[in-house]
Amino acid sequence: MLNYLIRRVLYAIPILLGVNLLTFALFFMVNTPDDMARIHLGAKHVTAESIARWKSAHGYDLPLFINEQAAGINKATDTLFVYKSLRLFALDFGAADDGRDIAREIGSRMWPSLAIALPTFAVGLLFYVSFALLLVFFRGTSLDAGGVVLCVALMSISGLFYVIAGQYLMGKLWHWFPISGYQPGAWQFLVMPVLVGVVGSIGDSTRFYRSLFSEEIARDYVRTARAKGLSELRVLFRHVLGNAMIPILTGVVVVIPRLFLGSLIIESFFGIPGLGSYTIDAIQAQDFAIVRSMVFLGSLLYIAGLVLTDLSYTLVDPRVRLE
Amino acid sequence: MMKPLLLWSDSLILLLLAALAALLWLARHNEALRGHWRQVMRSRVGRVTALILSLYIGIGLLDSAHYVERLPAAPGQPAPFSGEVRSALDWLLTPIRVSVEKTYSAPLAERLYAKESVMGPDGVERRDYPRLLHPGAHWFGTDKVGQDVLYLSLKSIRTGLLIGSLTTLVMLPFALGLGISAGYFGGRVDDIIQYLYTTLNSIPGVLLIAAAVLVVQVQIEAHAELFNTAAARSDVRLLALCGILGVTGWTGLARLLRAESLKLRELEFVLAARAFGVGHGRILLRHLLPNVMHLVLITVVLDFSGLVLAEAVLSYVGVGVDPGMISFGNMINGARLELAREPVVWWQLAASFLFMFVLVLAANLFADQVRVALDPKSRGRA
Repeated sequence: MLNYLIRRVLYAIPILLGVNLLTFALFFMVNTPDDMARIHLGAKHVTAESIARWKSAHGYDLPLFINEQAAGINKATDTLFVYKSLRLFALDFGAADDGRDIAREIGSRMWPSLAIALPTFAVGLLFYVSFALLLVFFRGTSLDAGGVVLCVALMSISGLFYVIAGQYLMGKLWHWFPISGYQPGAWQFLVMPVLVGVVGSIGDSTRFYRSLFSEEIARDYVRTARAKGLSELRVLFRHVLGNAMIPILTGVVVVIPRLFLGSLIIESFFGIPGLGSYTIDAIQAQDFAIVRSMVFLGSLLYIAGLVLTDLSYTLVDPRVRLE
Repeated sequence: MMKPLLLWSDSLILLLLAALAALLWLARHNEALRGHWRQVMRSRVGRVTALILSLYIGIGLLDSAHYVERLPAAPGQPAPFSGEVRSALDWLLTPIRVSVEKTYSAPLAERLYAKESVMGPDGVERRDYPRLLHPGAHWFGTDKVGQDVLYLSLKSIRTGLLIGSLTTLVMLPFALGLGISAGYFGGRVDDIIQYLYTTLNSIPGVLLIAAAVLVVQVQIEAHAELFNTAAARSDVRLLALCGILGVTGWTGLARLLRAESLKLRELEFVLAARAFGVGHGRILLRHLLPNVMHLVLITVVLDFSGLVLAEAVLSYVGVGVDPGMISFGNMINGARLELAREPVVWWQLAASFLFMFVLVLAANLFADQVRVALDPKSRGRA
């Protein structure tokens, strides 16, 4: 087990290095720091001096990989790649273009993101799996057929529609909840984003789980369980659900660490000061330092999710052993 | 007097059509494929969705035949061409394209949405809703600057279709080449390819796309002199978006193909080919590729609807198509605050969501039929 974990951590390093190289190539080689300075200073009337001043103020006045002017080991360390990219490995994100510390922003903004993303995830999972089991229970009937048609229709609707319609109906027309905003500890602000988030993926998810379950239900062990005289409910919940756990966990566990990052669309529409809206603001303001940090954080969390997925297999399937 | 104009995306569409025609020509005697096609067309859902999709595609194609008009010539000089790029669809829709109102008006309304000072018949000035310039002509109303919403919705179709199809065109070589060789060769090759797609997968999708689009945007701004019309600029940005979506989006299909080729390479016909001394390239092309084609077709049709929906979200985030281009995403983005108005302006949102919904629903249902016809596993199951 320990061996396995160590191997996974070692395996993560080349991947994170690859991610860093990719973003570095995008942001520093295709787009030079000069381009960046020009965007921030406004495209016109830029002098060479003002670009140099901006670059030195934001620490972009270093060579990319090799610093010829430095001595000894500093030849390799006094470079943009080390300062801007490798430092991310120490979770040292540096400062955003507006001078604020990115790490501190992430620390304070992850809580609102979690407050929305965790309930959305938990309620959603519970609802989709139950709905799918219900459809499978009534398989072959018109309820099942209707449910499938409903799912296809729901997944054909743009995600933006759910947000806009939800805000209009629940916020403006019925006055159930505030249209947008956030206050720590105030549940009123959380209900609508969570509801919209859950409803938004009913179509996709239910269909996915339904096809999982209907594949399982055609297997021999299900026939055996029925032949033993077990009730259909017991067959469904104990046998089918139990055996479908591996594919369910494969899709589900990997996203759990990413919940920190929040949802871009939901947070920006509902004015939640979380990491999702932080990212979207950074994209719109072309603040590459933040985008780079979020890319790194996102891949880190994804790899953590992969490890968690493997660990979760051992919990639901006694045959799986991590060596 | 007009001169045809071929934007980059138009030429790619022609290429795509030519490739499709060539494939169909090559496959015309393939009994299995014809059987699958007949099976899709036998169901009513298959026929209806195919009809709807061909309507959309027809509109998209009409909108891809671009031209520029010659302006009236100044004396003694050759007549210049207008900087405004039009399409055959624009020409067909001229009545609703040019019937611009002052601002919002509801669907089929006779009068404007906002009150203005109007001169009554008795010569007294009053605050009233003025009559529209073209009363009852706007089936879906007009938007903030008085453009016909139906016209905007029809123009959005081409953008959606392009993103759905060109992205696939970019993605396919990566997915096919890397996926099949990873499964077939195994070993070192497999390790490298798996590393590649784990790395790409580990980056949150929207962020990767956003990063790439930001970079492209800066490059386009830096080389603004290369694009003489606004249409050419937004066209390049659209192509770049398709390219980015394709380069980042091949991992899912590649994984499927890798797993399938892993199974296939152990089967007798591949072993036999190898025993006969057939080269790797030939085995890949003649023996593996045809046997994974059903997976490719299913994924391509399934991905299409996802891409049309993704365009709207990306344009909202600000990393989608050019803000000046007419697309579903830009329409929604421009209209998302209209529900907060009093009285509510709902028609632009309704029209864009409706047109997108019909397209995506038809694509999804059609994809289901294709899957049922092609996937041996789904046969006999509903």
